[in-house]
Formats: sequence, structure tokens, C-alpha cells
Amino acid sequence: MSGVATEAGVAVEIHDLTVAYDRKPVLWDVDLTIPSGVLCAVIGPNGAGKSTLIKAALGLLGTLSGRVWFFGKELNAVRRRVGYVPQRESVDWDFPVSVRDVVMMGRAGHTGVFGRARKVDVEAVERAIGLVGLNDLRDRQIGQLSGGQQQRVFLARALAQEADLYFMDEPFAGVDASTERAIVEVLKGLRQQGRTVVAVHHDLQTVSEYFDHAVLLNTRLIGAGAVGEVFTRENLQRTYGPRLTVLEEAGEAMARAREA
Amino acid sequence: MWDELLNMLTMRDSTTRTVMLGVGSLGVACGVVGCLTVLRRRALIADAVAHAALPGVCVSFLVLGERELAPLLLGALVAGLIASGIIAFMRGRTRVKDDALIAVVIGVAFAIGIVLLKSIERAPGGNKSGLDGFIFGKAASMIRQEAVTVAVVSAALVAVVLLLFKVMKLVTFDPAFARSAGLRVGLIDLLIVSMVCVCTVVGLPAVGALMIVALMIIPAVTARSWTDRFSVMLVIAGAVGGAGAIVGTALSASVRTTSGSSLPVGPTIVLTIAALCVLSLTLSPKRGVLAGWLRHRRARRAILAQRARERAGAVEAGVRIGPSPGASGVRR
Repeated sequence: MSGVATEAGVAVEIHDLTVAYDRKPVLWDVDLTIPSGVLCAVIGPNGAGKSTLIKAALGLLGTLSGRVWFFGKELNAVRRRVGYVPQRESVDWDFPVSVRDVVMMGRAGHTGVFGRARKVDVEAVERAIGLVGLNDLRDRQIGQLSGGQQQRVFLARALAQEADLYFMDEPFAGVDASTERAIVEVLKGLRQQGRTVVAVHHDLQTVSEYFDHAVLLNTRLIGAGAVGEVFTRENLQRTYGPRLTVLEEAGEAMARAREA
Repeated sequence: MWDELLNMLTMRDSTTRTVMLGVGSLGVACGVVGCLTVLRRRALIADAVAHAALPGVCVSFLVLGERELAPLLLGALVAGLIASGIIAFMRGRTRVKDDALIAVVIGVAFAIGIVLLKSIERAPGGNKSGLDGFIFGKAASMIRQEAVTVAVVSAALVAVVLLLFKVMKLVTFDPAFARSAGLRVGLIDLLIVSMVCVCTVVGLPAVGALMIVALMIIPAVTARSWTDRFSVMLVIAGAVGGAGAIVGTALSASVRTTSGSSLPVGPTIVLTIAALCVLSLTLSPKRGVLAGWLRHRRARRAILAQRARERAGAVEAGVRIGPSPGASGVRR
């Protein structure tokens, strides 16, 4: 069974997604679509279900209900077109692999489980490493990298997947300014190629600058759509609650969006 | 003692060759499989599987009445799988943390095993069961058939790891990403746990339940201190496991205690490998304690020298360093 929107325009379609641990719901009755070719931010307070949304969509978590379609199909039919950049904490960085090893793991969907690395795989890996600016560190063991560099390794692995849709869990968390700029450039490059990025983002100040689409979550969906339409004071108030500092930040962010 | 040691190491007679084939291949397999458990942070599960082997062997003896090796080991295998199944099942369903959960399983399993063992031994004809050999191992009495079996199973284990090398690396490093890429992480985990069970079972007669875990973990730890590459780590761990097993067996047979008895095989193998481990952790160039200390000293000297140069330069330039004239800075 495929989703309603099978046209090329929709990258992700989610219906009735509900996720709960014990008795506490983390996501409740979420319905949304994300068009293809956009950079979409997933924003909301802590515990709002942002990471859960991505993990549930990718089948990494159990759900109570919900269907998710990618380009109008079920995940297993289009796995190769979907890439994932998890949070940095999800991995033991002392593992004995180099930058190049990790990026090559992104080619697993192309080479298959038993396949050897072919020329096209090696080239894709080199390209990805170059795009994130880690050329000099390609043989370095990953534990010897800085936080920003580690984030770039994960990004390079995703780029090597050559997917059409990317899910990223806090790609800008704890990275230095130059890495942040580098990542934004990569994301914009992906959009130019017609690919889609859905990224959990925590910094309201930069939403309108980096992204053109937004999903506001607070266990329930508050809003989803173009940043200009959805990133309003009223929506942010409903997402974050009446917390003053957050609203001030939001106010500044909206002012910036208006200027942009 | 030295003559005997040399004899064993050069494997002059066929009994020795048999034993060495068995323990050597076991050591290699344990070293390799151990890497997967250590890197996957599942070392404690290996411990649980090994301790569950004792009740498994006892139950098998009680049920089948056989003292033959194969049915006993089958009991150990089943018990190991049950223990790891219990742990996997309880993991998500209880608030008890991993390490406490596994400790409970280890304690309960081994306690059941000891109780069963004692009741078997006290029964008529029981103390000829030789089941207590499964606690400490009795490699020296390994017969040719057993050694060949051990060698074949060990080779199979290593072959599986080599064949699935890429998958193992991926799943061990980042199971969430592997899952998202469509790999059946659950199956791979099951495979790894099964390999640990088989490794444990195959090493039971030779090295015993208590030592088999050390035989898996310590070579992996040793190997990690020498390399930053997964493939090389597997090779070194296998080599350390195999060499340590052979040398340890030789030592246990040739070294005599004051009362004239020989050392138990399992613990001697583990001590041999542990000695290698301590040496590696201390002396290895990249990650060793000594190297780290030397690097620290060098860096400290360089920093102090740099500071001295800056101060000297400041003196020449006539600049005052320090918070006030009374402080220990330089004065114009």
C-alpha cells in the first residue's frame, strides 16, 4: 500500500504517529508531510519528541500507531534513498576505525553486505570526505578528532550514502562556528541537488537563516510548513509554552526572519 | 623444569602436539570472538554464558546420564543460550541496570550449578563424574579426538568472523546506523552471542568455565593497545590468545609447585596472557602508560622552556611581568 501523495513532490508523509514509553506519550497523533527539495528543521523543547520522530520514522523505535511513507513508498522499498546522521553520543569513539573506515560504512547500501569496495565506492567516499573538509584527517582514528570533526565524519558517512532524503539528529550540537558554517554549506549544496534534509535543530536564532521549512513539535504537532508561514509568535508560544527567555529569543528570530 | 618446558614448547611428542593443537586453536578463536564482545560492550554477557555452562553440564548429566563429552557440551550450549536469552529479554523490561542484571544471572546460574554438582558428586558413583573439571579445565588430558573437534570448531568461528567482517564492523560500531541502512542488527547480535556460547562450550573441557571469559577478553584488550585498526586488532588478539594458550599450557605442565603438583591449566593460560596484557598496556607506543607518561613529560618540558624563553625575551625588552613590584616577576 502506498501513501496518498505519490507524486514526486513529497519526501515524507506521516499519518497518526503515536509513540509512548510506559504510560507517557512522547509523540501524539502526528500528521505531517514534508515536500522534497527542502531543508526542514524539527524544533521544540526538550522531550518534545524531536529525536523520537526521526527514530520512529526510520523504524528504530517501536510505535503505538502510525504509518510513514518516503517518496510514496514504505521504508524497506526505498532504504537506499534514505540517509541517517545520528547523534554523536550514540557511538563509542574509541572504536578502532579511521575516518575513511566510517565514511566507507555509508556505502554499505550500495555494495551490499558481502561486496568489496569498488572504484565508484572509493570515489564516493573521497568526495564525501572532501565535501566536509576532512581530507587531512582521513586516516586518523576517530577518537582523536574534535567534536566538530566527529560530527563532520557522521555527515560524510551520510553523504557517501548518496541518499535523496537525509534525517539528521542535532547536526549542529556542540560544534564550533567554522564547522557549523561548513555543515550549512553542505546542506545547501544538497538542496541545490534536489535532495531533502530533515534535521532536529535546537537553535531558534538560526532557523530562518539555515532552513526553509519547519516542523514545530511539543509531543503534538504544532505546525508544519514553510518557515515564513509556520514560524510565528503564536506557534512558538504554543510550542515552547509561556517561557519568557524562549519567547524573547523567538521574537528576535522572527524579526530576523522578517528581515531576510 | 626447563627441559620439560622446552619439550612442550617444541612439541616433541604427539600427545603434546595434540594438546597444543587444541588449546592453540581455542586461544585464537577466543581472542577473535572476544574482540567482538569487548567492542560491542558485551563482555559481561560472555561471563554469564560461561557461568551458565556449569548448571547446563550438570542438568545434561542428570537427564541423559552420559559422561560423554558431546551431550554434556550440548547442555552447556543450551544453558548459555538460555542465560543470554534471559538477559536480552529482561533488558528492556526492567529498571535494573545492565551490569546488575547480568551479575544476578551469573550468581544464580553458578549457584544452581554448584548445588547440582554437589548433589551429583554425593550420589553413588557420582564423584567419578569428572564434572568439576568443567570449572577449572583439564587441558592436559585432552585426547586427540577432542583436540581435532576443538580445532575444527575454532576454525569455523574464525571463518565466520572473516566472512562477515564488514557487517561485524558496522554493527559493532554503530548499530543504529546499521539498522537504518537496513541491516538485520538483531540477527547479527544473535549470531555474535551464539559464537560466544560456542566458544565457551568448546573451551570448557580445556580451560574451564571460570577462565574462558578471561581468554576471550584479555587478548582483545591487549590487542587494542597496539593498534587503531579493527582488522589488525582481530589478528593480534588471535595471536595473543593462541600463543598465550600454548605457552600457558606448557608452563602448567612443566612448572611444579612446592608440593610437587603441576599448575592448573586454565588459570596458568590466563596468567600468561595477562602478563602479556600488562606489558602491552604499559609499554605499547601509542596507548601505553609509559608512552603517555613520556609524552606528558616532553610536553611539560617544552611548555616550561617556552615560558622561560618568553620571560627572557621580556627581560631584554625591559617589560615588567607579574602583578606587582613585590611579586616574583621580573623587574625593570
